[in-house]
Amino acid sequence: MKNYDIVIIGGGPAGLAAAVSAKENGIESILILERDKELGGILNQCIHNGFGLHTFKEELTGPEYAGRFIEQVNELQIEYKLHTMVMDIRADKVITAMNREEGLFEIQAKAVILAMGCRERPRGALNIPGYRPAGIFSAGTAQRLVNMEGYLPGREVVILGSGDIGLIMARRMTLEGAKVKVVAELMPYSGGLKRNIVQCLDDYGIPLKLSHTVVDIQGKERLEGVTLAEVDGKGKPISGTEEFYSCDTLLLSVGLIPENELSGGMGVELNPVTSGPRVNESLETNIEGVFACGNVLHVHDLVDFVSEEAKAAGKNAAMYVKSEGITDRPASDKGKKPCVRLKATDGVRYTVPETIHVDRMADTLTVRFRVGGVYQNCFISAYFDDERVIHKKRPVVAPGEMEEIKLTKEQLEKYPDLEMITVKIEEA
Amino acid sequence: MEERNLICINCPMGCALAVTMNGTEVVKVSGNTCKRGDIYARKEVTNPTRIVTSTIRVTGGDESMVSVKTKEDIPKGKIMDCVKALKEVTLNAPVCIGEVILENVADTGTDIVATKNVRAV
Repeated sequence: MKNYDIVIIGGGPAGLAAAVSAKENGIESILILERDKELGGILNQCIHNGFGLHTFKEELTGPEYAGRFIEQVNELQIEYKLHTMVMDIRADKVITAMNREEGLFEIQAKAVILAMGCRERPRGALNIPGYRPAGIFSAGTAQRLVNMEGYLPGREVVILGSGDIGLIMARRMTLEGAKVKVVAELMPYSGGLKRNIVQCLDDYGIPLKLSHTVVDIQGKERLEGVTLAEVDGKGKPISGTEEFYSCDTLLLSVGLIPENELSGGMGVELNPVTSGPRVNESLETNIEGVFACGNVLHVHDLVDFVSEEAKAAGKNAAMYVKSEGITDRPASDKGKKPCVRLKATDGVRYTVPETIHVDRMADTLTVRFRVGGVYQNCFISAYFDDERVIHKKRPVVAPGEMEEIKLTKEQLEKYPDLEMITVKIEEA
Repeated sequence: MEERNLICINCPMGCALAVTMNGTEVVKVSGNTCKRGDIYARKEVTNPTRIVTSTIRVTGGDESMVSVKTKEDIPKGKIMDCVKALKEVTLNAPVCIGEVILENVADTGTDIVATKNVRAV
């Protein structure tokens, strides 16, 4: 069995940034395992621009952004295997993987970084009635077909869900000569970024129908049309509002789910809200030496923040490996004073991380979260036990846009008996 | 004085911008959190522009498509002409990131550059 200090599962933006960071923090023995034919993950099919303003201070497309990190991985001579599928990870960090050259093989790691990303919610999870003809795609599948394989999936398109990939694909299909008739969104607000509504829908005169959903799918061999209807406050279709749209293609952009089969299999505890691992300030899961970052941890809007998070995970994994054999290991929960817990409430759906060991946190810690609804002129507040310490005014917050607060070590050290930080939305 | 409200599209922050106009002249931009927002707002109310991204067919490479973009933003009205011009082009591998694929696309004064490496096979 081969041994590595750090094995990274997934060679997308999170895996690449984690690998670079681990190497820069002094770890030589690193292996990235990637199931696709190339590094870069989903960025390779995200050919639109808007990536990298935070990381590189310039505006890049997805493949260019990935290219920068792949270059660093190559320069730092970090080892990776392509076409390699990880089948299983054990709690003792033995990884079972397979590929065509080596067959089935095992690797022993000292630390594991989970960076498997997420996948799209499929039609089967939506309970749309009607036939099951050809012509129904998840938005990301259509994106891959158009941008990488060079196929146009259809000519007349309806999009269900206003997630970012759906919005991006509305524009992309239009540029390729298809007619995008409408984007329907079940919720009364968009699930995607505002900028994408402007530059992908408004620019091309594509209507966005909020509080609408697909209630019927017609066509036996190929899709012939869908029926949209308005929904009430509980998401139930309102009878009499049905409207038929003829189309040959239905794209679904109805949410992303972190891909955690491997994590669950090794006993990593998952948060039911994010479907990602529960992590502490070091982005370490409940299993010591197993870290998580990127969309496998919680779905991000912005790759720049994935890279930032992955950089922290890579550094923390490096510190964990270097502290091996030291009894008072910094990255160990055992025998330490109890950690500070973070509680999400009043409009805040979750926080990443969920616990903080003040003694091991970096000087500044970014706590990321999403809200459950649209709030205007509100405050994002953090209470240290009963005392309100952070009170940040926000003109508008929405579920489609991730929020954050920053905590400093200095700030937390002033509260030695702190047990809980409560993060909530307060309306003005 | 007239006020126009825009959403900045430069980055995913999506700042809500307010542009105060006196006729066609921009008097003030507010709501932006960086310089890009100011530049965007001034352009958007006078001559709106966009970066256009698309793909071009490649032969003899390890990929069948290569992603491309306009090097600078081009007038919004030229987007469709630009995409049409790309339909006419087929490339031979290899292609490198940053390589100029098409000069002065659709008379915009801007070049089309590759955004992905495609190796020859």
